[in-house]
Amino acid sequence: MQTSFSLATLDWIVILIYFIFVLGIGWALKKHMKDATAFLEAGRSLPAWVTGLAFISANLGALEVIGMAASGAKYGMMTVHFYWIGAIPAMIFLAIFMMPFYYGSKARSVPEYLKLRFDEKTRGFNAFAFAIMTVFASGISMYALALLAQVIIPLDIDWNFLGIHIGEFDFYLFVSAIIVLVYMVLGGLTSAIYNEVLQFFLIVIGFAPLVIIALIDIGGWEGMKANLPENMMHSWKFAGNPDANPMGVEWFGILVGLGFVLSFGYWCTNFLVVQRAMAADSMSAARKTPLIGAIPKMFLPILVIVPGIIALALTNTGALELPLKEGTMTTDFDKVIPVLLMKYMPVGVLGLGMTALMASFMSGMAGNVSAFNTVFTYDIYQSYINPRQPDKHYLKVGQWTTVVGVLVSILTAYVAQSFNNVMDFLQLIFAFVNAPLFAAFLLGMFWKRTTGHAAFWGLISGTVSAAFHHGLTLPYGSIAGVKGGYFGVIHTYPSEMAQNFWTAIYAFTAALVITLVITLLTKKLKTDEELKGLVYSLTPRIQDDSKYWYQKPGFLAIIVGAVALVLSIIFW
Amino acid sequence: MGLDIKIPIGLMFCILGVILTIHGIITNGNVEMYEQSLGHNLNLWSGLAMLVFGGFMLLTSSLVKKKKKE
Repeated sequence: MQTSFSLATLDWIVILIYFIFVLGIGWALKKHMKDATAFLEAGRSLPAWVTGLAFISANLGALEVIGMAASGAKYGMMTVHFYWIGAIPAMIFLAIFMMPFYYGSKARSVPEYLKLRFDEKTRGFNAFAFAIMTVFASGISMYALALLAQVIIPLDIDWNFLGIHIGEFDFYLFVSAIIVLVYMVLGGLTSAIYNEVLQFFLIVIGFAPLVIIALIDIGGWEGMKANLPENMMHSWKFAGNPDANPMGVEWFGILVGLGFVLSFGYWCTNFLVVQRAMAADSMSAARKTPLIGAIPKMFLPILVIVPGIIALALTNTGALELPLKEGTMTTDFDKVIPVLLMKYMPVGVLGLGMTALMASFMSGMAGNVSAFNTVFTYDIYQSYINPRQPDKHYLKVGQWTTVVGVLVSILTAYVAQSFNNVMDFLQLIFAFVNAPLFAAFLLGMFWKRTTGHAAFWGLISGTVSAAFHHGLTLPYGSIAGVKGGYFGVIHTYPSEMAQNFWTAIYAFTAALVITLVITLLTKKLKTDEELKGLVYSLTPRIQDDSKYWYQKPGFLAIIVGAVALVLSIIFW
Repeated sequence: MGLDIKIPIGLMFCILGVILTIHGIITNGNVEMYEQSLGHNLNLWSGLAMLVFGGFMLLTSSLVKKKKKE
């Protein structure tokens, strides 16, 4: 079966027009980049619908678009748990309870909030872990883009440049890196956010025809159902027993591991997404950001998961053949979207679909680079390397950090290319660092007694517990190594997913307990006056200034929560 | 932040919309080409959808500007 295709001139024109607009937006923003605040915080001046769409679009990178379609084909309907239980409740919590502290405290980043609320070492730990993590994430996006592009649009590039061989992979890697670099240096965070909004609409318009045609081909929803086992078409019905569902997890792991620890740890504390809300033009807009983002987020499964499920149904009828992973006998589910694009899209809309795919990869990179910039400039450079410089100086540093961030991302893309396992291992370590983070925020924001020492040691012990739990358990059928079990195996989980959820639960619990105990043993160093605006009980309730009741965050939150619940019931 | 994002979004989708609509009209009835999309002229439909969306973006952005000037 054909696994690569050639684009016609028209398809290239569509891609080219997108590139021109991406760079043009950066160019148009250049004259507004007069200070560090404009460059690194978008001047806190964007309307809620823009930050809201950027909030979910920053996540709609390679990992989500390619990964969710692959999960759809592997786990079926259960993949929606990453949306309705694994994102929406956390986004509501962020909007209603946490945004007032992030936005109101005037902190410029999540690590800076940690410094204001706790102490320097807690900020330092978070800032360094986050900076490394974002550079690697951006490198993985670049790697994924170059890898996919060289497989599906081979250009037969074989150049020699000063004795260095340049192939297709290198070509795609450098072209995407240069485009991202140019529009980020020109327009900073605003450029990243504006392009995320553009990308969001492109993905919707580019993927919608694909989903519609594929659905018609399989015979509609009923046709899809008829060609799949029943447990692929339900999200909760088979969650009572891990052996009965394709994901190999039970309801408690989904509810607590994914729906609480992982989801709240990601959506409420990850600066990549929180930064978008902090760029909003008012407190009300900042609080509405995650809620406005939640509305399209709930329906994204139609665009990113359903194609995967349809692809599986089509392979069951024999109408489609998915390619195998190179050199193995296992199906390469990561190619679901490109294979479907190839099968159904005629010249013209094919270019549109490819553009949507590239847009998603590039804004995945740019999102990480913009978050890296801000954390590096404010929380590492200004805090530890060179404080008390004029604002212009930090603007320059921010711009140079963009260049360095992109260069390091290119390096990590090559690391990913040559050592696949190293990348898995790094992602694992970051998961260990992230899982306990929400415990520190939860206690810090809602219990004024929580001390800096306690938060710091809570984070460390949470990370260590995650590593221990992972090192002592193994998913069924795996061998000890990157998958776990490196300290010996005392428990076997039915699947990798189940192991991940439980690692998060252990890490969170350890962080929570240790922070609680150490708080009670240490003296509170910050006065109530210093904690004003940072802790729930010491902050005056804010009055939302929206004109109409239906524009208020509280009302939006109820609507969003209700729709997610109804969707979960329909597709239970 | 200086630039109204609705303008570049509107412009881009209008341009892409015009291109795909024209392409769709020219290739309309090309059975061989649209066999893979089950006989549906996806270029025409996507092009028109993008024109409508792009036009909406441009209209709402320029209307906002006009009101401010008045």
